[in-house]
Amino acid sequence: MWNRREFLKGAALAGGVVALPGLSGCAMGSKARGHVVVVGGGFGGATVAKYLRMWSQMGVDVTLVERSPQFISCPISNLVIGGDKQMADITMSYDGLRNTWGVKVLQDTVTAVDAGARKLTLASGGVLSYDRLVLSPGIEFMYDQVPGLETEAARDTVLHAWKAGAQTVALRKQLEDMKDGGVYALSIPKAPYRCPPGPYERACLVANYLQKTKPKSKVLVLDANEEITSKKGLFTKAFEKYKGILEYRPNSELREVDAASRTAVLEFDKVKADVLNVVPPQRAGDIAAKSGIKLINNRWVDIDWLSFESVNTPGVHVIGDAIFPAPTMPKSGHMANQHAKVTAAAIINLLAGEAPSSTPLVMNTCYSFVDSKNVIHVSSVHLYDAAKKTVMPVQGAGGVSAAANELEGKYALSWARNIWADMLV
Amino acid sequence: MKLLRWTLAVGLIGAMGAVHAEEKADPNLARNLAATCANCHGTDGKAVAGSGAEALAGTDKAKLMQKLMDFRSGAKPATIMHQISKGYTEAQLELVAAYFAARK
Repeated sequence: MWNRREFLKGAALAGGVVALPGLSGCAMGSKARGHVVVVGGGFGGATVAKYLRMWSQMGVDVTLVERSPQFISCPISNLVIGGDKQMADITMSYDGLRNTWGVKVLQDTVTAVDAGARKLTLASGGVLSYDRLVLSPGIEFMYDQVPGLETEAARDTVLHAWKAGAQTVALRKQLEDMKDGGVYALSIPKAPYRCPPGPYERACLVANYLQKTKPKSKVLVLDANEEITSKKGLFTKAFEKYKGILEYRPNSELREVDAASRTAVLEFDKVKADVLNVVPPQRAGDIAAKSGIKLINNRWVDIDWLSFESVNTPGVHVIGDAIFPAPTMPKSGHMANQHAKVTAAAIINLLAGEAPSSTPLVMNTCYSFVDSKNVIHVSSVHLYDAAKKTVMPVQGAGGVSAAANELEGKYALSWARNIWADMLV
Repeated sequence: MKLLRWTLAVGLIGAMGAVHAEEKADPNLARNLAATCANCHGTDGKAVAGSGAEALAGTDKAKLMQKLMDFRSGAKPATIMHQISKGYTEAQLELVAAYFAARK
């Protein structure tokens, strides 16, 4: 047994004064060794890569496979669409993971996982072996549920902008090009989808932009859900401030799209827009389905909440938006970052031959801008329940803002800077 | 007064006992719990300079614990910390406060 006394003796033998980072948090030092491959460098993947290195005192080797050369943040991207921020404000480098934490970052795509052999194949042709694999693949759009969006041309006209990047820029351009008196229509899928308050925030920020620059225009929110799915009271109040510009229509599930005329076909109605923005229904990123791991409802990954390991595929952990959510747990970047830390801790234990912690706790905060400065939040804390074998919201904790306010506008931007650094720096 | 002091002392010993029991069962519990704060307060409580977030690293444990308990009871007004602090037990907050106090 590698106890503290032996560790200190070993450290002393190794020579003189030894700095032991994180010793109080990890009294025995880390004996975890092995190679972990992380697929996807978003809020979940980047965080798990950094924390595996940090908490193993660089003992565990980490390779991160990410298709994009840089990280682009979905949170705060609605401010780019509204014209309050630029792409440069939400774009960051992976150099911190490379240089500070020694993560091997590969710009590549994983095409296949052989979980039995613990190997995966890269689009570039290489093969990686792993002791543990973390998939943080985010979401895939279910275009089969939106007839009319089969072609690339249709998807270039009717944008989602629900993965930040080129689509964010393109939607901003469409709004800038829209005439005064034009209609911006936003289609929201049935929950669960990535970032529950995100569509309502986007509707507010587009209305805010149009109110200032093209006041004869209109924002139509076509929600497949029967009511606002997040911060309902606060968004209802925000929508009242955009009265005359913004119209909210619940129970408006999209049936079909005619991309050429930018028309959304609903059950009983057709809505012709100048800018049609469709957030399609979603499922776990493709690599999850292709890896043979168990999905629930053919959409989301079924995991063991103590380790985020797939319930049917040993050695493969899945985090972030791709998992079947625990009760009331949102699909958010903040939550993916929290999943990542539970998973990093569990993997380090497993690689050292120890059981994962039996009491994982995660918490969430989602800030939403209702205009350029005023913000509302929703927060929650979730703790593992051994009897239910899932993570349950802690009763009495969490809540929403009393009202939209500028102080939380500052906190929201501070949150972004700190979580980006927590992932990448 | 004596009774109050006695009650407080018993309460404190109770909380400390719970802390030690939890820590013994899981030596990384304090680290893991403190990591849930990093999204807003920075990795290991080291907030990004100029972000406006309160850096927690190196804060006196008793001071931090008092603040957390005041958020939790509602004695200290907040935009969000009164809601988040209620999600943690007193024993868990003790671990978090001790962890941040030990960061340099």
